[in-house]
Amino acid sequence: MTSLSETLSDSVVITKRNLIKVKRVPDLIVFATLSPIMFVVLFRYVFGGAIGGLPPGISYAEFLLPGIFAQTVVFGSTITGASIADDLQKGLIDRFRSLPMSRSAVLVGRTVADAGLNVISIAVMALTGLLVGWRINSSLGEAIGGFLVLLVFAYAISWLMAMVGLLVRTPEVVQNASFIVIFPITFIANTFVPLETFPAVLRTFAEWNPVSSVTLAARELFGNVPPGYPEPEAWSLQNPVLYTLLWTALILAVFVPVSVRLYKRTASR
Amino acid sequence: MSNAILVEELQKRFGSNTALAGVDLAVPEGSVLGLLGPNGAGKTTVVRILTTLLQPDAGRAEVAGIDVLREPDRVRSLIGLTGQYAAVDEYLTGFENLEMVGRLYRLGKRESRERAGELLERFDLADAANRPAKTYSGGMRRRLDIAASLIARPRVLFLDEPTTGLDPRSRLGMWEFIADLAGGGTTILLTTQYLEEADRLADGMVVIDRGRVIARGTADELKAQVGGQRLEFAVTDAGALPAMVELLRPLAVDEPHVDEQARRLSIPVSGGAEVLAEALRRLDGHTADIFDVGLRRPDLDDVFLALTGHAAEDDPAAADKTPAEPVPVGGTR
Ligand SMILES: Nc1ncnc2c1ncn2[C@@H]1O[C@H](COP(=O)(O)OP(=O)(O)OP(=O)(O)O)[C@@H](O)[C@H]1O
Ligand SMILES: [Mg+2]
Repeated sequence: MTSLSETLSDSVVITKRNLIKVKRVPDLIVFATLSPIMFVVLFRYVFGGAIGGLPPGISYAEFLLPGIFAQTVVFGSTITGASIADDLQKGLIDRFRSLPMSRSAVLVGRTVADAGLNVISIAVMALTGLLVGWRINSSLGEAIGGFLVLLVFAYAISWLMAMVGLLVRTPEVVQNASFIVIFPITFIANTFVPLETFPAVLRTFAEWNPVSSVTLAARELFGNVPPGYPEPEAWSLQNPVLYTLLWTALILAVFVPVSVRLYKRTASR
Repeated sequence: MSNAILVEELQKRFGSNTALAGVDLAVPEGSVLGLLGPNGAGKTTVVRILTTLLQPDAGRAEVAGIDVLREPDRVRSLIGLTGQYAAVDEYLTGFENLEMVGRLYRLGKRESRERAGELLERFDLADAANRPAKTYSGGMRRRLDIAASLIARPRVLFLDEPTTGLDPRSRLGMWEFIADLAGGGTTILLTTQYLEEADRLADGMVVIDRGRVIARGTADELKAQVGGQRLEFAVTDAGALPAMVELLRPLAVDEPHVDEQARRLSIPVSGGAEVLAEALRRLDGHTADIFDVGLRRPDLDDVFLALTGHAAEDDPAAADKTPAEPVPVGGTR
């Protein structure tokens, strides 16, 4: 059995390896930064005028940005699955599995590197947001809390995607499959429009969708919810930070052990 | 002498497909075992089980005296593996690849870097050390892959078709290197489709087919199983063949084999060079028709053919997998 410090040092080696790839493959940086910028601009200026239902006193930019943050980091996590499948296909997982290294370091290193990528995209989006009228109206501590909630939730999704990558094994398929699942989940939520505009069934789904709670948590922590905004009815949205962290813990508790177990038995081919 | 690799009654099925139907192997410490077999024989499956990547359904496996199934962690720190397909990180440079593997073997930063430098030098990759492996040719990747498996100076090395895809010069270099390692005391299990390779490198050989061992021994022992040498002629005009057969029949120890299409004649003989000289004397009036003649001793191709009933490269899948054949396998020498 490997000790915790060995697991950590192996994970650092793997994280470094993954970040070198980010440096050498400009596509990844482009994906991590350009598409969120595009989203910000698209929603802010193209749809922004048409999307109604917002209470007076709040600009669409302020409402929108936390939603885009949430959607982008969740999508960013899907890279984990495709990268693991790629490593599997190229025989690298076989090589790692034949080494006396920690059995979880490959997955830890992968998810941590992808979280790093998410930090980059969130930073780029925040700067773009400030340019188009988004503002942080809270304390520094709360704002940092907002970014952390987003990143921690996305980190948990990375572990779910790691499992998908180990099961599906073809990077392109992982990418498409996760798009089909993640896309609706990030749209049937309060990310781009207020929940009050949803039909009843969708609304219930959206209220309990953790993407809604992470978005609302970020809105609250950035001070993007104006005073007098009606109190949500669902418990999940009355306690968005707690609800998001519960989901995060649940996802990690299930998918960390499942993915590590799969990794131990998986083999290329 | 103790065995560095010991395998007993190893079995593995994939669904209804039996990959290993009870394989036994023993590789003495410091020796090289050539594991031979046609496509799908089960070579890679044996290697994967011994390197802890795959769990067998039944049987026992020990590497360096350690049970592979009970203590895979200890086994991993003593072995090196070069799989059938090169496993290098394309985005890292050659140096970074080796350094990473060194670190994961827990060599420490300084030693990992030193070893990486040494091995890049040894494998003729020093010039490309700081280029991403993506820019390497197939042969360079292969060499980098093998270097990676050597970084921690493993006691037992597994090489799954190490020279597949290498050009003749790199192949010779690799053989030299493998021979060096073996000379230095590393135990090596080498799988190959190239009989010449096993003949050159291996102390002992095991031939498997459809998950079973069908022969084992030294190269000479295997050749002795197939026996006989042959006189082979290639002629310019197939019409000359019947007359030649009649002239040479007294020298044959078994039925001559005539191939009119290929304009070839093969006659089992015994007696070596004298028979060849005698045959040429008898063919005095026909030498104008003969464009090639040779005395051929059985090589491992014949062993293969005799044991498995099909040549090593019979399988069509083999043809597109290994575009670069090292020598015309089965050709006349
Ligand atoms: N993961 C797998 N799933 C299903 N079948 C498998 C798997 N791995 C191997 N097999 C089957 O097991 C048998 C032995 O395969 P193996 O790869 O060990 O052969 P090999 O001797 O290495 O062949 P080659 O020379 O083509 O590399 C084959 O019939 C193969 O199809
Ligand atoms: Mg194989």
